[in-house]
Amino acid sequence: MYLYDQYDQAMVDARVADFRDQTRRRLAGEITEEQFRPLRLMNGLYLQLHAYMLRVAIPYGTLSSRQMKMLGHIARKYDRDYGHFTTRQNIQYNWIKLEDAPDILADLASVEMHAIQTSGNCIRNISSDQYAGVAADEVADPRPWAELLRQWSSFHPEFSYLPRKFKIAVIASPADRAAMRLHDIGIELVKRDGQVGARVFAGGGMGRTPMIAPEIRDFVTEDEIISYVEACLRVYNRYGRRDNKFKARIKILVHELGVDEYRRQVEEEFAHIKTLGIDPPAAELDRIRAFFVDPPFETGLGDALDRSDPDFALWVDQQVAAHKQPGYAIVNISLKPVGGIPGDASSAQIDLIADLAERYSFDELRVTHAQNIVLPSVKKSDLYAVWQQLREAGLAEANLDLITDIIACPGLDYCSLANARSIPVAQKIAERFADPARQREIGELKLKISGCINACGHHHAGHIGILGVDRKGTENYQLLFGGSGAEDTSLGTIAGPGFDEGGVVDAIEKATNLYLAQRQPGERFVDTYRRLGMAPFKEAIYG
Amino acid sequence: MIIVTGNDLATGDVIWWTGSGWSRHVGQAVDAGHEGEAIIERESAARRVNSAYLVEAEQTASGPLPHHIKDRIRASGPTVRADLALNTEIPIVKA
Repeated sequence: MYLYDQYDQAMVDARVADFRDQTRRRLAGEITEEQFRPLRLMNGLYLQLHAYMLRVAIPYGTLSSRQMKMLGHIARKYDRDYGHFTTRQNIQYNWIKLEDAPDILADLASVEMHAIQTSGNCIRNISSDQYAGVAADEVADPRPWAELLRQWSSFHPEFSYLPRKFKIAVIASPADRAAMRLHDIGIELVKRDGQVGARVFAGGGMGRTPMIAPEIRDFVTEDEIISYVEACLRVYNRYGRRDNKFKARIKILVHELGVDEYRRQVEEEFAHIKTLGIDPPAAELDRIRAFFVDPPFETGLGDALDRSDPDFALWVDQQVAAHKQPGYAIVNISLKPVGGIPGDASSAQIDLIADLAERYSFDELRVTHAQNIVLPSVKKSDLYAVWQQLREAGLAEANLDLITDIIACPGLDYCSLANARSIPVAQKIAERFADPARQREIGELKLKISGCINACGHHHAGHIGILGVDRKGTENYQLLFGGSGAEDTSLGTIAGPGFDEGGVVDAIEKATNLYLAQRQPGERFVDTYRRLGMAPFKEAIYG
Repeated sequence: MIIVTGNDLATGDVIWWTGSGWSRHVGQAVDAGHEGEAIIERESAARRVNSAYLVEAEQTASGPLPHHIKDRIRASGPTVRADLALNTEIPIVKA
C-alpha cells in the first residue's frame, strides 16, 4: 500500500488546522453559513436530513487494517456506532457534530486519511477494481496509476473549480468490476506489443442524463496517461456548461460537441501539453510502484479445500474469487444481510474485518463500489477460519452478485436530495428472496436502487434498476431492466408506470419468474432480457 | 399551519421552533403564522439554528404533522433504524 511522504502528510495536517480554525470561526459567529458552507463541503462535511454527514475518502477503495480500525473508532466515538460504505468506495458517517468534525479529521490524518475532495466541483476520489493487484486477469496493477492520479488531482489548482464534479476510474482487466465506462473519465490499462498503456474513455456517467463513455483514445503510452487526462480535463474546464448545473457534466459536453470534435480538441490540447514537459517523471511512477509490490506470498501451497461443511462450501462458491497466486484466494465479505441495510457496518464489524485483514490478508482490505468489503489475499488454508469468524459477526452472507446483494443509496431515510426511500425497498426485496436456494437458482442478478434521479444507487446500471420518485408527495418506484456496469456496459430502460413499495417487490418477482421460465442454458437475467426485449417483461409485470 | 425547522448549528440535530426556543420534538412545534421568516432571520443571526426553513403542517391530536414526507422523516428519524428514531409514532406514509 502507498504510504504518505512528508508532503502528503503536511498537506493533510495543514488542511486539518485550516478547518479547525474555520469551524471555530463559524461557531463563534465570525463567518456566516453562506461563507462556511463551501469550506465544510471541501472537507466532506454535508448537512443532511438529520445531521451533519461526513464522507471520508478511501483512495481506490484500499485500506490498511490500521485505517479500518480508525474508521471503527470514529463510528464509536463520534457517530452512532456504525458507518455506511458507499458506491464511490468511500465511507459516510450520518450523525456527525460540527463541533467534533475537526477532531475527526485530525484522527483521520493520524492514519493518512482525509475527507478532502469528497464534495464540490473537483476531481473526486479515484475509483478502481477491488481486485487490483491480485486478479488473475489483469494486464498490470492499476493501483500505481490510481495513486499517481490521486496525487496529481489533489489540490490541482486548475481543476479545483470545474463546471461540475468529476469522477475517474482506473481498471486493468477485461472484466470491469468498477463501472469504468460510467465515469467522467474511464481508464483501462491494456498491453499493445508488450507495452502497457491505456484506453481512455470520456463522457460517461449516470444521474439524470445517463451516458456510456465513448472511447476517446485507443492507446496512450503509460508515461503520457496523466498528460492525456489533463488534456481531457482542460477541454472540459474551458467549454463545459457553467450556466446550467444540469448540463455541466463532461458527458453533456462530449455529447453536444460530438465524440470526434471533442477528441480533436483533446488531441490538440494534448499536443500543446506535450510541449510543456509536464509528464510525471518515470522515477515518480517507479517510486509509487514500489509501494504496490506483492506481499510475501508463501509458495508451494495447495489449492485443496475441505468442503465437508456445506454452509462453508456454499460461502466459498459464492464469495471467493480466483487469486493470481496459487494457494491464495480473494474473499468478498457481504455487507448485505437479508433485512439489513446495504453497506452499513457496525464499529464491531469494522473492527473484526480489520482484525481479519491484519491476521489473514497481509494487513489490507478493499471497499467495493457494490458496498461490500474484500480481503484481497487470504491463504486457502485459512478460509475456514475466516468464514467462522465472519459468521459469528453476521458477515457470512453468501450472496455476492445475487438478487439480495443489492446496491442502495441512503435514500430519503438520510439524504436531503432524495425523493423516496431506498433502504426499506431493498430490505423487502431481500426478505422476499431470502431463500438461498432460490437466489442461486436465479443466479447473477444485479439489483440497484436510487432514491432520486442523481443515481447514487446506480439504478441505470442494474440488471434490474429501481428509481424512487416523488409522485404528488407519495413515494413511487420506477422499474428499469437491462442495465449493466460491467464490461457489457448498458443503460437500463424504464419499463412503464411506477409502483408503490409493495408493488415494486411483486413486479420484480414476476420479472424473475418470467426469466426462470424463458431462460436458455447459461443465460443470466440480463441476457434473457436482452434476447427477449422489454415486451414480455412488461406483459409479466403489468398484464 | 406553518412551523419552523432547521438544524442545531453545533450538533446538527433537527430542531423545531416552539415559540420561545427550539425543541428536537416536532410535537412541541407551534404555528409561526406570518412570523416565520422573521424568526428564521433572528434565530439564524443568533446562531441558535442553521439552515432553517418553513414547513407546512397540519395540527393533529399528537401535535403538528408536516405535510411533506421528507419533513415527517426528519421529525421521526430514519425509518429503518427504530433504535435511532426520535418518534416512531409519526406516520411516514399518510393513510
